[in-house]
Amino acid sequence: MNLPVIIKFVVDLLAVLLLALGIKGLSKVKSARDANRLAAFAMSLSVVGLLSYYLGTSGIAIQSWIWIIIGSIIGSLFGAILAKKVPMTSMPETVALFNGCGGMSSLLVALGVAIFPISSGQENFDFFKSLINEVSISVSIFVGAITFTGSIVAMAKLQGWLSTPGWTQSKVRHFVNIVFAVASFIAFFDLINGNTSSIWLLVIVSSLLGIGVTLPIGGADMPVVISLLNSYSGIAAAAAGFVVDSQLLIVAGAMVGAAGLILTQVMCKGMNRSLVSVLFGGSLSAQSTALSGSGEYTNITSCSVEECALTLEAANKVIIVPGYGLAVAQAQHTLREVTKKLEQNGIEVVYAIHPVAGRMPGHMNVLLAEADVPYEQLKEMDVVNPDFPATDVVLVLGANDVVNPQAKNDSSSPLYGMPVLDVQEARTVFVIKRGMSAGYSGIKNDLFDLPNTSMVFGDAKKVLNDLIGELKDLGVGEK
Amino acid sequence: MSFISLLWVLLLGSLLGLELIGKVPPTLHTPLMSGANAISGITMLAALTLIVKAEGNVPLLIIGSVSLGFALFNVVGGFFVTDRMLAMFSRKPSNKK
Repeated sequence: MNLPVIIKFVVDLLAVLLLALGIKGLSKVKSARDANRLAAFAMSLSVVGLLSYYLGTSGIAIQSWIWIIIGSIIGSLFGAILAKKVPMTSMPETVALFNGCGGMSSLLVALGVAIFPISSGQENFDFFKSLINEVSISVSIFVGAITFTGSIVAMAKLQGWLSTPGWTQSKVRHFVNIVFAVASFIAFFDLINGNTSSIWLLVIVSSLLGIGVTLPIGGADMPVVISLLNSYSGIAAAAAGFVVDSQLLIVAGAMVGAAGLILTQVMCKGMNRSLVSVLFGGSLSAQSTALSGSGEYTNITSCSVEECALTLEAANKVIIVPGYGLAVAQAQHTLREVTKKLEQNGIEVVYAIHPVAGRMPGHMNVLLAEADVPYEQLKEMDVVNPDFPATDVVLVLGANDVVNPQAKNDSSSPLYGMPVLDVQEARTVFVIKRGMSAGYSGIKNDLFDLPNTSMVFGDAKKVLNDLIGELKDLGVGEK
Repeated sequence: MSFISLLWVLLLGSLLGLELIGKVPPTLHTPLMSGANAISGITMLAALTLIVKAEGNVPLLIIGSVSLGFALFNVVGGFFVTDRMLAMFSRKPSNKK
């Protein structure tokens, strides 16, 4: 062993340790930010380690440096600009886009090695070794392509650039996807058998498979899919690690892959969906329109902002239930104004956060934090649910399915069994909503029919602004 | 590295990943996903290896460079965006304007 090898070994080991500590730290609120920086440091450390290894052994040609610099600058620049500019509401799309590019990178590495085999130093041809090489190239291409096209489709759907085509909700899609899958496997084995030309077939068919699998999935399930694709990009990185013989890549890829799977599982639980039904069940709204689309509302009470303000003024304890609608209306700052006024009047205000509030678990917390809502006021579902009977007023803002009592009471409902917030237990519930349209799941919300529920129709931001005005007139929050 | 030891590395890495994400508060799911996503851009090392070993093969240099660009887009963007999200949590409630 010579010095560069030892240095690289130590640096790699350190990088793995720091990455593991980084992921660990990211799971605690206090340490999360430092942990993220630690992980970023570990990544740059690994680059320095690799480059110094090559400088110390084979050297790096000027030409290589040029291409390294071009690639790094362009990639980093676009990444940094996008990360700074993107609004917090479109976080899920952004993660999907980044993730897809990670998959693309693994795909390109494998493609490059497959077309132009790199010299590995010892040229003694070993059948076993070349087989492993072929397998890891194929896996890297297969998973990388699915990650890329799947993520791009997920992003496009969340952005509203792509809708769900009708045919994807029929059984036809299973047939189409099976054809793509079978064709991928044929190309896969053909490639392993040494037929290099089938590599393009593999690229094309697995890309199509990624599209075919993601396209039918409805908006509500998309976060689960992104989390799963995130796991895939880890697997693709690990496979690329086999291709270029790097333990660091394999460890880091495997960690991300495994962690992504756990996270996916957690998300599924929060939405009461199994991974299988997310992937193969089609969009939930398509199923439910057939089931309970005929449900008509019979007992809707609507009320004015003024009444709402009067009730709020008399309350002792108020719980806010924010949903994605709030984020879309960009009303989290206005909401904060309202709650500030209430707090100044001695009213206890708490935010009830459903595990899948927003578009991704934790998304709503980010959005509220952006509006300076104190972290301590955000209560998780299990903590806040026993508090509803002792609550005077609940304000539901842009949330729908997560407050649907059907999930508890109606065993025929597609939502049945999903954990929900028991808002109907409170004395008065105000639902601020644009109209009577259904939520993500497309299911009627029984909450709206209850006698203690009043609907305040209008755009969340406008209603909240009016509410601030009414509260001001009542002298709330002005000492 | 022999293939078998690489498989061990894969196995232990996976177990580590499963173990690390035991209990995560839902608050952190989105930042965690985005942070883990940034780490999956570690393929930049593979892209670098490709470029270094290209030995003047221009098509391979280009493939490597594009791959490096995609990976760094993932890494840099991922860490920045995660930091932006987490910065909001660390803001103190007393920090009023």
